[in-house]
Amino acid sequence: MRYLAVMLCCVVVTLPLELRLHARVYRRWRRLLLTLAPVLAVFVTWDALAIHAHDWSYRHLTGLRIGDLPIEEIVFFVVVPICSLLTLEAVRRLRPSWQAGDER
Amino acid sequence: MSYTLAAVLGVGFAAGLDLAVLRTKLLRRKVFWASYAVILVFQLLVNGILTGQRLVVYASADIIGWRVAYAPVEDLLFGFSLVLQTLAWWVWWGRRGVS
Repeated sequence: MRYLAVMLCCVVVTLPLELRLHARVYRRWRRLLLTLAPVLAVFVTWDALAIHAHDWSYRHLTGLRIGDLPIEEIVFFVVVPICSLLTLEAVRRLRPSWQAGDER
Repeated sequence: MSYTLAAVLGVGFAAGLDLAVLRTKLLRRKVFWASYAVILVFQLLVNGILTGQRLVVYASADIIGWRVAYAPVEDLLFGFSLVLQTLAWWVWWGRRGVS
């Protein structure tokens, strides 16, 4: 549970970026889902190989699994990208002149 | 050493995606490096908690052994790759008008 608690903290701590600073990451949920899909595909594959090769292992897991992967892994690869996107969009709110390449 | 190699390849993969495949070229943008600097601080914090409390443990034969805030240096490369790929796809979809 502790691992998931840390992930939940990440979500809660970054929530003001969406709600107060209007990062509009969760609001653009289609774009978010389409971004998460290829990233998840790459990293879940990497992770499965790494766990298989015993590069790293986890403790204090809930034991819940999706297929072969512990639920914590999926949560990590969803939460970290969301926090990163919130950071990017928050920086852009604060520095509107810095171009990211998707301006229209 | 295998995680070390995988982490370096992961950074190369992300850079190729950004510069050549999606052509988002975030690596050349100020907004990316400013965002990454902020993300890095929080990554070290969270990684330190996960590794320091031994919620994640590493096979010592597979890492080079340099550690930053408890976490192996490979985690920084891994994180960089994850962040760059995420932001590149986000900008790419934005460019295509997805909202």
